[in-house]
This record gives sequence, C-alpha cells and structure tokens, in this order.
Amino acid sequence: MSERDLVIIGGGPAGLTAGLYAARAKLDTLLLERLSPGGQVLNTHWVENWPGDVEGVSGFDLSDRFRDHALKFGLEIKSVEVSGLRMEGERKIVSTSEGEITAKAVILALGASPSKLGVPGEAEFAGRGVSYCGTCDGPFFRDKVVVAFGGGNTAAEEAHFLTRFAKKVYLVHRRDQLRACAVLCERVAADPKIEVLWSHAPLAIEGSALLGVEKVRLKDLKTGQEKEVACDGAFVFIGTTPNSACVAGAVDRDEQGFILTNQNLETSLPGVYAAGDCRSSLLKQIVVASGEGALAAYAAQRYLESL
Amino acid sequence: MSGSVLQVTDDTFEAEVLKSDLPVLVDFWASWCGPCRAIAPVVEELSEQYLGKVKVAKLNVDESPKTPGQYGIRAIPTLIMFKGGQVADQITGAVSKSHIEQALGKLL
Repeated sequence: MSERDLVIIGGGPAGLTAGLYAARAKLDTLLLERLSPGGQVLNTHWVENWPGDVEGVSGFDLSDRFRDHALKFGLEIKSVEVSGLRMEGERKIVSTSEGEITAKAVILALGASPSKLGVPGEAEFAGRGVSYCGTCDGPFFRDKVVVAFGGGNTAAEEAHFLTRFAKKVYLVHRRDQLRACAVLCERVAADPKIEVLWSHAPLAIEGSALLGVEKVRLKDLKTGQEKEVACDGAFVFIGTTPNSACVAGAVDRDEQGFILTNQNLETSLPGVYAAGDCRSSLLKQIVVASGEGALAAYAAQRYLESL
Repeated sequence: MSGSVLQVTDDTFEAEVLKSDLPVLVDFWASWCGPCRAIAPVVEELSEQYLGKVKVAKLNVDESPKTPGQYGIRAIPTLIMFKGGQVADQITGAVSKSHIEQALGKLL
C-alpha cells in the first residue's frame, strides 16, 4: 500500500483550494470526493460576495473554476466515499468504499449539509413539498405559496430567489430580526412577495398522500398561540450540520459535530487538519472555506517538512 | 461519459420503464439543479456496475414534465426504483453511492 503525502477529504471550496495550494507546493496529494466536486456552492444560484467577481458568478461556474484551477496544477481527484480515519503511529489510514489509503497528513474538508427542522411531517413530505434547496426545487412551485424557515443569509437569499416562481413566500423566523447581512435584509423587506412571520416556530408540516404538503402549523413565540399557514411547499434554511460522522471518535468535535482545531487548523490529531464548513467557526462562507483550505494546506506542508 | 444511462422522456417512459423486464432506476433531474449534477457521476457508475441487472435511466423534468407530475415529484434529484411497473423505492437528494446501492440491493 503506497503512502501519499497528503489526502484531502472533500471537494468543495475548502478542499479544492487546499488541493490547489498543495499541488503548487508539489506535495504528493490525492483529493477524495463522494459526488462530483463543488460542494454546497453547486446549490447556490448566484454568488454575489466572491471578491473580484463584481457582477457575481453562478455557483456552477465558480465550482468549475475551483476544480479546473486545482487540476491545472496537477491535483489528483478520486471519486470515493470515506467511512473512517484512524492513526497507526504517525501514519493516517483513511477507510474508503474502495479500500484503505495511507497518508502522512490529512485535510478534512468534509463540508456540511442543511439542518433539519425536526418536526412531524418533515421526513414524510421530503421531496413532496419539503425542500432544502430553493435553486433546485423552486421551479416546481410556480404560482404557488411556499413557507421558508430561517433567518440567516441563506434563508434571506433563498426566500428572495423563490419569489421568481412562487406567488407568495412566507419567511418564518424564531426571532424578531434576521441574522442575514444588511443588504439581504433590505432585499427581503423590499420584496412585495415576501411576508416575514417574526417570532414564530414550526410545530408540524401537514398534508396528504395525494397532494404532498398542504400547510404548516406554527407557534407564535410571543403570544403562545398556534396558527396554520396554507402552502404548497416548505423550504428549510435553518443552518447546516457538518458531514463529520466519518471522523466521529477520531478527532475532537463540538457538541454540534463541527471539528475543533487550533489557529493553524490542526485537529486533535497531529498532522490532521480541518477546513471549511465542517470546522467549528463563526462564519460559513465560500471565501472563508477557501482561505482555510489554503491555510490548512500550508500547515500540512510545514508538518510534512518536520517529519 | 453517459455510458449505459438511458435517456427517457414522457413518450418513452411507459415502454422503457413501466414495461421493462429488468428493475429500473430513474434519475429525475434538470440542468439548473446543482445536486443533480453532483450525483450524475454516481448514477453513471451504477449503470456500469449493475449492467444486465438494473436498467439505469435519466429523465429531464424540464423536457418531460408529465411523468414527474404523475409521481408527485417536487424536488430533484429524485431517484425512483421501479419493479414490474410499480414504485419500489424512492430517494430524494444527492445521497451517497452506498445509500443508493442499499436500495438497489433490496430490489434485486
């Protein structure tokens, strides 16, 4: 079994940028991705805050560019699913769907997936009115009424995007103000098709086998009263859950499963780094993931030099 | 790269899927859907891997809206497994290859 200098797990902005930097450093690097490279950027219709792209850039184009840029410098990408990570002395053993891979250093760029509401009806109507991706599923709701849950950047962006199709979008948020950035808050406030239901929490998503989602039941957190909102779709944008199950027990994680690191992005295992949305950090953004990918690759390079 | 994946439409769905002798995995997708693109190579790999055992097909929901409407599809990618013209299993979202293989395992 040959040993690689560096194995990067995950092919979103963090992994692909780490791959670019590692390839330019001429490290013997392999990037593992279970789907095609891109990560959550692929779910983003239009990226408005990637510095330098003044007019914005589509999520598809940006992820293609990340991939092509890393490939240009010789990064090797392999399509496998990772199931575990363990140490044998200093060596890192990565278990995959196609056997084990040994590495001197590892970067975990596992990404994250949309969190679930955890209310009755959510799983039952998944794909039948319940959605976690406005860009993907918005077109199924032309001239319909939809409810969107959340109050962060993704919720504000996606609620606005959904008004291209839906005739009405209710944005349901637990608090009495959005956490989204000011530009997005203003856009939501100015959108005549969006009505924000402040200080409301979801109780259940209800519908029928025939029609899918028909209504959501909410609780007004200020008055304690319950109310129903008739709708055809329920979109969930309440944050993300890290895709870190494959390293549970191997590296230290916070209570939500985000991977803990020091300031050089090293995890509790020496020579194992974490970058991007799977890492415990304040802000999940493409530019942050990308920056962390670069830093993790450099930290890994320094670690390899010290061996 | 499309290998053994069969493209089906509203017009060919009945003959190719419902009347198929083999079980059929249908990937309902669209060009504007990121996770559909993410899962596409996995679907292609499965078509090679299950050649002769499972027919693997793709249906573009923009070009063929009638069939996804009949099956109540309102999210993509949706993978539906058909056996003897009936829905045997359904998966929504860009799930991993092993997840799909588990479902295919139950089908065979």
